[in-house]
Amino acid sequence: MDKLLAETLYYEMVRGRAFEYAAKEHYMQGDISGFLHLDIGQEALSVGAMKAFTKGDVFSTYREHIMALARGISPKAVMAELFGKEAGVSEGKGGSMHLFDPSHFFYGGDAIVGGHLPNAVGCAYARKFRGEEHGVMAVFGDGATNGGAFFESLNIAAAQKLPMLFLCENNEYAIGTKITRVAPFEKQAKKAEPYMPTVEVDGMDVLAVYEAVSEAQHYIQKGHGPIFVEAMTCRYEGHSMSDPNSYRSTQEMALCKARDPIERMKKVLLEQYGMDDDTIESLETKAQNEIDEAVRFAAEAAEPAPEALTAHVFTEGGNHALS
Amino acid sequence: MLYREALNKALDETMAADENIVVLGEDVGLYGGSYRVTEGLYAKYGEKRLIDTPIAELSIVGNAVGMAIGGLRPVAEIMTANFALLAFDQIINHMSKYHYMSAGKITLPMVVRFPQGVSKQLAAQHSESYEQMLSAVPGLKVLAASDVNYAYHALKHAVMSDDPFVFIEHELLYNKKGEVDVHTPIDPFKARIVKEGSDVTIVSYLKMVDDVMAALPKIEEALGCSCEVIDLCSLNPVDYDTLKTSIEKTSRLVMVEEDHKTGGYGAQIVSWAAEEMFYTLDAAPLRIAGADVPIPYNRTLELLSIPTPDSIAEQIIEWGRRNDV
Ligand SMILES: Cc1ncc(C[n+]2csc(CCOP(=O)(O)OP(=O)(O)O)c2C)c(N)n1
Ligand SMILES: [Mg+2]
Repeated sequence: MDKLLAETLYYEMVRGRAFEYAAKEHYMQGDISGFLHLDIGQEALSVGAMKAFTKGDVFSTYREHIMALARGISPKAVMAELFGKEAGVSEGKGGSMHLFDPSHFFYGGDAIVGGHLPNAVGCAYARKFRGEEHGVMAVFGDGATNGGAFFESLNIAAAQKLPMLFLCENNEYAIGTKITRVAPFEKQAKKAEPYMPTVEVDGMDVLAVYEAVSEAQHYIQKGHGPIFVEAMTCRYEGHSMSDPNSYRSTQEMALCKARDPIERMKKVLLEQYGMDDDTIESLETKAQNEIDEAVRFAAEAAEPAPEALTAHVFTEGGNHALS
Repeated sequence: MLYREALNKALDETMAADENIVVLGEDVGLYGGSYRVTEGLYAKYGEKRLIDTPIAELSIVGNAVGMAIGGLRPVAEIMTANFALLAFDQIINHMSKYHYMSAGKITLPMVVRFPQGVSKQLAAQHSESYEQMLSAVPGLKVLAASDVNYAYHALKHAVMSDDPFVFIEHELLYNKKGEVDVHTPIDPFKARIVKEGSDVTIVSYLKMVDDVMAALPKIEEALGCSCEVIDLCSLNPVDYDTLKTSIEKTSRLVMVEEDHKTGGYGAQIVSWAAEEMFYTLDAAPLRIAGADVPIPYNRTLELLSIPTPDSIAEQIIEWGRRNDV
């Protein structure tokens, strides 16, 4: 991998984490409300996957801030959304869980677990139908692999040989329920094995995630059908800001943090790419400045007008393809 | 006692009394429930009776139906009403119909608990109410608890009954305080007169009962009238007798609900009044309900999308002035 890309991956992870800490702080100050799901600890996965899958559609969940940023959506527009402002990527109507930006082929924010998987499959059908080659990636948690929508999606994507990349973020928990208490396997890729090739990757290693997703995208573009990538990862915070995270021991958390994706990549930059501490520090400062600016922007941005309440229930004037 | 503690007490006491009662749902066991309703029960009754399920709502309700057939009394918890949509096939095609289709040979002693409503900025996929759909399904008994004492008694009743119940809770009520009188049983199907009055009957349920009560001083002062406030409690069957008696006294009806207005539950009450109470009414009924929009995240827009104590007062006062209340 060239140095610039390696540096970008690091930068995106650092910026992503800074974004999440800022979001956490402003949630506690009351500027952000509702459900806020932080992605701290899982940066390698979000960044590696988005940077590899630069073209093609991405369908994801409520834990999607860092993915949205790595996809190229501005931190200002994402932070403003969390603040419920008009300048937000969903104009303050969606909030943290619903970041959508079709101009970046990003349908980030579905908050019904597993609910976006059939949508991703349908989109893959449409892209194939129209001869568009990039394919579709669906990102989902371990918890989503226990629902009917998941199995229906595997089946249809495989039966129709659709260009679908299923990316499972296995952080071993669905809120407070450990996956092995409610599923017979530790690795959820087992569930996809009868349908498609499966790949396992260390979700705490951004380079590995990047490589795995790049290869998977090549695969789905060949027309043989879908592929399943499972990345083992770990979230550092509670499920959302309302979860005290009391079901994981200090020891479990320590093991998890010992695999920290940012520290790991920093080491790679220092040791393999010959970067010096100053350069790394300046990247970190730059990332932090960008987030500080996003927060300032979000704080000062305007509230949506009251008329926004009834806008967007339908298209303006009820557009009709034949008229 | 808090509302969620009253629900917990009801589950605890029924589980202690009948070992066939099991509770199933996401994070209901080890975690204690996302609204802490099942807190402490896992330690007490173990994983055989407090069943942590995967995220699979169709199976949560579907399994509960099977458990009921197999001799248990399941209480299924849906984490938030919106997720129950995945279980509507089971609720509507299975849970509500087996008793009838089998000519009474199958009974389903089961409850599905349903936290719902607009909480605080949870946005469009976590803020809805489905009493309108649920109460339109013959074969389901639908209770809606706005009051702590009612929550305790009504849940106990639902768990011990042989009929399938949907038990609706509002997410903003879990920390509501109230007294529980364990010694005085109640009829869970009887509407509750929250406040007596002589000039206007205001009907509501769930959290809107509290919002109506908060709006009341302003309304009564502005209109110089006295309002009777009724909490429906049971949404199907409906206690029309209590409504009738009240409207015969007041000759006026206001219906307040949080849900979207079009097709909302209150339409049933107002349509009943139009059919049955037309000549008793001195004014066209007023319906106060939410806007016909998905619930937005932004707090200002969110509050514009549902009735609040202020908007309830404003609309009732304006209607009252037009109608010589
Ligand atoms: C259909 C549905 N059921 C339940 C929920 C509540 N819920 C939100 S996130 C979550 C856990 C999801 O776990 P997982 O898929 O592993 O994703 P993670 O949060 O770990 O990223 C649950 C149960 C929901 N949003 N949708
Ligand atoms: Mg998970």
